[in-house]
Amino acid sequence: MRVTFTANGKPVEADDVWEGESLLYVLRERVGLPGSKNACEQGECGSCTVYLDGVPVCSCLVAAGQVQDREVRTVEGLAAEDGELGLVQQAFIDAGAVQCGFCTPGLLVQTDALLESDAQPSDNDIREALSGNLCRCTGYEKIMDAVRLASARKCAGKGSA
Amino acid sequence: MEFLRPATWDEALAAKAEYPTALPISGGTDVMVEMNFDVHRPSAILDLNRITELTEWSNDGSVVRLGASVPYTRIIEELSGPLPGLALAAHTVGSPQIRNRGGVGGNLGGASPAGDAHPALLAAGRDVFVEAASVRGTRMIPIDEFYVGVKRNSLAADELIRAVHIPVADGPQQFSKIGTRNAMVIAVCAFGFALHPKNGTVGTGIGSAAPTPRRAVEAEEYLRDVLAERGLWESGDLLGAEVVQRFGELVKAAASPIDDVRGTAEYRRHSLAVMARRTLTWCWNDYSKQIRSAA
Repeated sequence: MRVTFTANGKPVEADDVWEGESLLYVLRERVGLPGSKNACEQGECGSCTVYLDGVPVCSCLVAAGQVQDREVRTVEGLAAEDGELGLVQQAFIDAGAVQCGFCTPGLLVQTDALLESDAQPSDNDIREALSGNLCRCTGYEKIMDAVRLASARKCAGKGSA
Repeated sequence: MEFLRPATWDEALAAKAEYPTALPISGGTDVMVEMNFDVHRPSAILDLNRITELTEWSNDGSVVRLGASVPYTRIIEELSGPLPGLALAAHTVGSPQIRNRGGVGGNLGGASPAGDAHPALLAAGRDVFVEAASVRGTRMIPIDEFYVGVKRNSLAADELIRAVHIPVADGPQQFSKIGTRNAMVIAVCAFGFALHPKNGTVGTGIGSAAPTPRRAVEAEEYLRDVLAERGLWESGDLLGAEVVQRFGELVKAAASPIDDVRGTAEYRRHSLAVMARRTLTWCWNDYSKQIRSAA
């Protein structure tokens, strides 16, 4: 079947989609957006987190046919058109919150969503928001640092604006 | 495989009548796992995402009609007042991403004994109904008749779950769940408890410790009788260790768990007694406070 939807603000079209296929597969294999990672395929790890109509979800658990005419925003969509990194992306780099990097795309989207709803989350709020994103390298401390840094920058930005 | 995308509820019912083996999908948090691992390949997938009424709820003051696809995130944010037990259970489901997609309709459709919503629904009272519909009409299935076996429910092949009707809480409710961490956990076992001061009853729900979710009927009756005989609903006095202990034992006795990868039967029985005592104590303390502050 054919599925058409909006990905990072642009209309995309995927042909010959199998009816049982996931959104993640369509993103990675059919429309050239491999940023979202495929790890567990059962919603345990969060590596494939994307926005679906503004809500963060595991794209491995969304059937491709369900996104017809809807809006998807992936980790690629967190950066500006010219490649300038988004605030959360830059904070992860500056805090050294990346090791192998496989979990990073999901953490970036989920952190972006957290800071959109609460720009100044407590540590407990951060841990709860990221409880569905597994990282097997960092021990999470650098990730916590990165979210705190992104939060501080976001609040500072708002203050000066 | 067909991918069916009805735009309206009537179209969905017509599709289910035409393709009775079609697998309904809404949040996809169970269905897609089976699809990704090729556990199950249905003849057709029936996508319910376009039917926006399934994501709506209403409250007439005595009963909440909860649309089958209202995601857990919104149950937590919008319904923790009228449905405190279910909201607590919802908070233990998966992760934020899973709670953004999954809803009670999927829990009921899957009818896994480990589904987090079930103990809360059972504890909410005898007047919880699953609104099931088909082209033949609508049925209100009492929650006590809904679960019929491991991952089996009493829906007919042409029926879809439209909503769940749950009485608005008239007393404290609690939910407790055992797992290896605080997120992304399939319950080793779970327990829901509710006080219903208006009709002088209590509700219980056991999860993951029997072929189906079930209530601890003898524990409910024991506590109901004790509360009535001793005038505790009126006084709000302490229950006493003996009552709490006995309640825990009766809940434990109501379970028929198995040994599996998540835990042993003995561990499940033991932890159910602990959860029963704790949730009863939490609820009763809250109730006592209400009574005393009203006095």
